[in-house]
Amino acid sequence: MSLELQHPAVAPQRLSHQFEQIDQQNDSYIVGMWTFLVTEIMFFGALFVALTVYRSVYPDAFEQAHNALNVWLGLTNTFILLTSSFTAAMAVRSKMLGQRALTLVFLGFTILCAFGFLGVKYVEYSAEFREHHFPGPNFQWSQTVSSAPAQGDLAANSQVALGAPKVGVNEFPASYQPQQLELHKRELFFSLYFVMTGLHAFHVIIGICTLSTLWLLIYFKHPVVDDYMPVELAGLYWHFVDIVWIFLYPLVYLIGKQ
Amino acid sequence: MEEPNHNNHEAAGGHHHVTSIGTYAATYVALLVLLVLTFAVSRVDLGAFNIVVALGISAVKTALVVLIFMGVRHNSRLTWFWASIGFVWLILLFLTLGDYVTRQWVHLPLGW
Repeated sequence: MSLELQHPAVAPQRLSHQFEQIDQQNDSYIVGMWTFLVTEIMFFGALFVALTVYRSVYPDAFEQAHNALNVWLGLTNTFILLTSSFTAAMAVRSKMLGQRALTLVFLGFTILCAFGFLGVKYVEYSAEFREHHFPGPNFQWSQTVSSAPAQGDLAANSQVALGAPKVGVNEFPASYQPQQLELHKRELFFSLYFVMTGLHAFHVIIGICTLSTLWLLIYFKHPVVDDYMPVELAGLYWHFVDIVWIFLYPLVYLIGKQ
Repeated sequence: MEEPNHNNHEAAGGHHHVTSIGTYAATYVALLVLLVLTFAVSRVDLGAFNIVVALGISAVKTALVVLIFMGVRHNSRLTWFWASIGFVWLILLFLTLGDYVTRQWVHLPLGW
């Protein structure tokens, strides 16, 4: 521990009665938050595994489908999130030093970035809905789909060969036409895309709620936020949301094939 | 008024590590450079190495965020342990790929 890191002007913290030392108290908070983040890593990790598996099974279809995404909007969003992560770290720093006005500025900017992220996401999603790329009965793929699927695909999916009715779907109405396998592969990519980015966007919304609550509490000088720990923990959460996107952007937007 | 505290630990007696603005700013710039690098490399066809490079850069970015922005660098060993455990779990999760990768190694009759 070097001395220069021991800032003299750190705002005082109050020790709750169940703790022996302030270090122990802070550690409990931070480890508790990390425990939650570990569950989140597992949660998102499973989806990344699913993406990896299906990408390796249908490399060509996923390559083609991912080209329909707008890499520039994705790049913009990555930039926005990295910026917000920086301002979140600065907000925690200001709060630790008891600089209330600066904390409000940095927290406010982080929240603005989060709204900006959702705004870009809205533009992306609405374009995808317009092009019928949302998975479901209305899913369409207008670009040329190779009419002859790979031999391996046909063999592996002999029971759902193109055009043939599926086994065990007799309960569907007579008008039901099974979609083509090639279409399904692209739909699968968009299913994964919407689940992963949607879940991430949901986390961004939770982040907005958390950070806005903290902003208001600090603004009204509520005693709960005398301690910098609430801001620190919200910051940890926000950085985690950023890390998920750090992996989502290259894996979903940039790299189609494996 | 402050409540009386048995341990008299009211003041800042803890080991606070205040990272300098310069360090945060440098980290931010490094993250942006890595972002541009991810984008640029992905536009070049490296075959199977595209994903390796992308994951490598993402791992470096994650390390920067975790160690500096999240402050794990200065946290206790317990925090180090928990932060690492998350990634251990992630590796275990990805070991399920062992199933999918080896499926072609076994020849089953058609229809399985």
